[in-house]
Amino acid sequence: MENSTPQPLEKTSYELSQPGRQGIRLPDPDVPLTDIPADLCRADLDFPEMGELDVVRHFIKLSQFNYSIDKGFYPLGSCTMKYNPKINEDMARLPGFAHVHPLQSQGTTQGALALMYRLQEWLCEISGFDAVSIQPAAGAHGEFAGILMIRKYHIDRGDAKRTKILVPDSAHGTNPATTSMAGLQAIELPSDKNGDVDLEVLRKACEQHKEELAGMMITVPSTLGVFEEHIVEIIKIVHEAGGLMYMDGANMNALLGVAKPGELGFDVMHYNLHKTFSTPHGGGGPGSGPVVCNEKLAPFRPGPVVEIIEEPQDEDDAPLYGWVMPDKSIGRLKAFHGNFGMHVRAYAYISAYGSDLPKVTHYAVLNANYIRARLKGTYLMPFDRMCGHELVVNGHWPEKAPGVHALDISKRLMDYNFHPPTNYFPLIVPEALLIEPTETESKEVLDSFIEAMLKIAEEAQNNPDLLHSAPHITPVKRVDEVKAAKDLVLCCRPTQLESVEAAAQ
Amino acid sequence: MSYIPHTDADREAMLKAIGVDSIEALFDAVPEKHRFPTLDLPDPMTEMEIAAEMEALSRFNVSASDYAIFLGAGAYHHYIPSLVNHMLLRGEFYTAYTPYQPEVSQGTLQAIFEFQTMISRLTGMDAANASHYDGATALAEAVTVAMAAHRDKRQKVILSPTIHPHYREVARTYHQNRPVKFSGDRSGTATMVDLADMIDDNTAMIAVQYPNFLGQIEDYTEIIKAARAHGTLVCIVTDPVACALLKSPGELGADIVVGEGQGLGIPMSFGGPYLGFFAVKNDHVRRIAGRIVGETVDGDGRRAYVMTLRPREQDIRREKASSNICTNQGLMALAACVHMTAMGKQGMRRVAELCWHKAHYAAQEIGKLKGFSVDTTRPFFKEFVVTCPKPVSEINDELIYHFGIIGGYDLGKDFPTRENQMLLCVTEMNSKDEIDMLVAGLRAIAAGELHDGDHHHHH
Repeated sequence: MENSTPQPLEKTSYELSQPGRQGIRLPDPDVPLTDIPADLCRADLDFPEMGELDVVRHFIKLSQFNYSIDKGFYPLGSCTMKYNPKINEDMARLPGFAHVHPLQSQGTTQGALALMYRLQEWLCEISGFDAVSIQPAAGAHGEFAGILMIRKYHIDRGDAKRTKILVPDSAHGTNPATTSMAGLQAIELPSDKNGDVDLEVLRKACEQHKEELAGMMITVPSTLGVFEEHIVEIIKIVHEAGGLMYMDGANMNALLGVAKPGELGFDVMHYNLHKTFSTPHGGGGPGSGPVVCNEKLAPFRPGPVVEIIEEPQDEDDAPLYGWVMPDKSIGRLKAFHGNFGMHVRAYAYISAYGSDLPKVTHYAVLNANYIRARLKGTYLMPFDRMCGHELVVNGHWPEKAPGVHALDISKRLMDYNFHPPTNYFPLIVPEALLIEPTETESKEVLDSFIEAMLKIAEEAQNNPDLLHSAPHITPVKRVDEVKAAKDLVLCCRPTQLESVEAAAQ
Repeated sequence: MSYIPHTDADREAMLKAIGVDSIEALFDAVPEKHRFPTLDLPDPMTEMEIAAEMEALSRFNVSASDYAIFLGAGAYHHYIPSLVNHMLLRGEFYTAYTPYQPEVSQGTLQAIFEFQTMISRLTGMDAANASHYDGATALAEAVTVAMAAHRDKRQKVILSPTIHPHYREVARTYHQNRPVKFSGDRSGTATMVDLADMIDDNTAMIAVQYPNFLGQIEDYTEIIKAARAHGTLVCIVTDPVACALLKSPGELGADIVVGEGQGLGIPMSFGGPYLGFFAVKNDHVRRIAGRIVGETVDGDGRRAYVMTLRPREQDIRREKASSNICTNQGLMALAACVHMTAMGKQGMRRVAELCWHKAHYAAQEIGKLKGFSVDTTRPFFKEFVVTCPKPVSEINDELIYHFGIIGGYDLGKDFPTRENQMLLCVTEMNSKDEIDMLVAGLRAIAAGELHDGDHHHHH
């Protein structure tokens, strides 16, 4: 196989390139020329040379190899793949938002500042917190901010020995990674048989690390999609041990108007605007991860943040908005003010629902429980109780189809034109399939997904090979991940350079 | 209800299947005391109303689509070919998830692979990852890579004072609880020779910016020589637009190259979303954070792409991961990929040359003005420093009011020794007429010729 070149679905731009072909044309200089010293310049740039139409066709062809929300259902647990409203895209592209420089003066950016200020207010109201910074660029970035804030709070109180963060074993991988990145130590807490935090284990850990406890990170509803019954008790135990409570807000789609984390007793949390508030995932980003907190942590927020600098003189006037650095800030987390384009989209989205926002959660939870009710009996449910906005099922039948695993079910779903659910997460459930339908899917879509899942369960028993060899109808079959890591080809083959070197030899 | 498709009949049928009477009953597990709090939000709006309100809000901003702009300092007004936005608006790209399932994500994966290739070629490095949040966070993560490369046995990281001040702040924010000692930039006046002298056997990394924050092309020969002698890694923060014309950072001797890719087809958008890029020599590939796409084959032996070196990442390595990054700037990497492909080898160079010529024309003309002086001690690319006869904020207020010009960056804000100094940026977007207007404006402002009613611009 080594000497036969694998056929591509679509050639790379480097393979499509023809020397001398030109894409976008640029105007001739309209100013007198100034010499560019040759010793500053590079000899060549190995870049593709393609005509404009070829470029368009290249990327359209690539786009067609993708699955997307606009194409079909994405029941991807913990990711909240809801519809991305088209109007949001238009709003982010308004010239008065898209072509504003981040370092322009306060006086020339009042529209953008007003938008950010209102969004800040809404995010506080929805979560029940007092203060916010919308600078973090993604959920993990917001987590990082939150943990740095907790750390700085303890240092500021003269309690610098608090360096340990409790993290349940059901947590997203970002939680322990964030803890280490912030220079603190994660202590993993084993869950009880229901997948909840074990209160006895928690009490013991708090007792054991009492002097060094910085806080705890927890996801609500939990990564199993269930509302932790003892959440208020958990918060109390950690607070009594001198720790602060961090809420991972990845699952906020289950809480809008249902519970406010600030009122539950949390000290700080992050949002994922690209989950809860419909900003697109973009094939891996950009996201936006605002961090919200109570008064205690407000001085430590990353910044600058938008505040009212001058109240209006008249009722009809607008206030003057401006940038303020919180007085004990952990510092700046990004070169500029955050992913403003995502703020615009989230603003448009929240405007659409306004006071109806709780309905988002109502229907997200209705959809998840409907799937749960209909898959029950065919799929094993490790935790059989009312779920939040997502549910975990077991993708394995030890008796009926011992050779079939969660991954096979996922891959087979592609043949039914569905994106697979999240696989093998949370880690504490073997063979987990985490299914999150979101509120934007209709009953018909859910019914066809459920039927596919039931059909696949039959196939698993009667024709397991069909699952093992799946997917069959996708642009490529299962790919060789081991080869990718072993051979490590990370760039298009440098054909031109090779030929130059060959010529030189 | 905006984007919720359920009919009353759907809802009733679904509640029945679940076996509850009402939607409220689905939330019994939430403590009653905290269940269903009031939510003080405005009335819901239709799409029509949202568009009207937000368009009105957007008009309160001064934008580069209506004004001439000479402000850079890390965010740039460059030309974005029309097709870039058309490709970004393909739902197949922007409504896709992270490509964890390669069978249904080959489009995103191949685009990232091509992006990695072009970033590697521009920077003169062997490999690049799929992106970071922005240039500043990419620099902060470079520090992590350098620390790991020395197995945390070295503590010192030297930052050149001519790196973007916000980037230096972000690096410090990231590492505030870790045993990293930043130095080099505090006085704000250290020269390249001073920095080279600071490198010792405890120095994990030295970072410089090329062209630097002041737009200048500095000579890094001594620094790189000293770094080699002490086993210190060299990180170069760069502008990819400049890299199309200038010697690549790799050619200069960098081990790590990071920077802001906003100039590659991404609008300024008041600061984000932008595109951090991160490229390295082969030695460090396995230490970079974030997503990396590699080439492989599928079950039929066909070429395919997949996210690779996954065990470095947080979802697998958890508390042992060097970074928590997962969501990155995927769609912005696609924008840059489309932009670079459409510009191609010739277009990329052409843009850089236009920046050079126009910036130099502007500098020459401003240098002739009484009361102004332009720093020409070093070669520069598209930005340059002007010492002004008045405070920069006053000049900028008059430029915008009388001439419809967004002026340069006030360097006094970050550098105490640079009071009354302005960093001006000129790109291919600035016509000769705009530059001449800027020059006329500066002349009039310095001479105190302007009065409140005077408007010389036609916006």
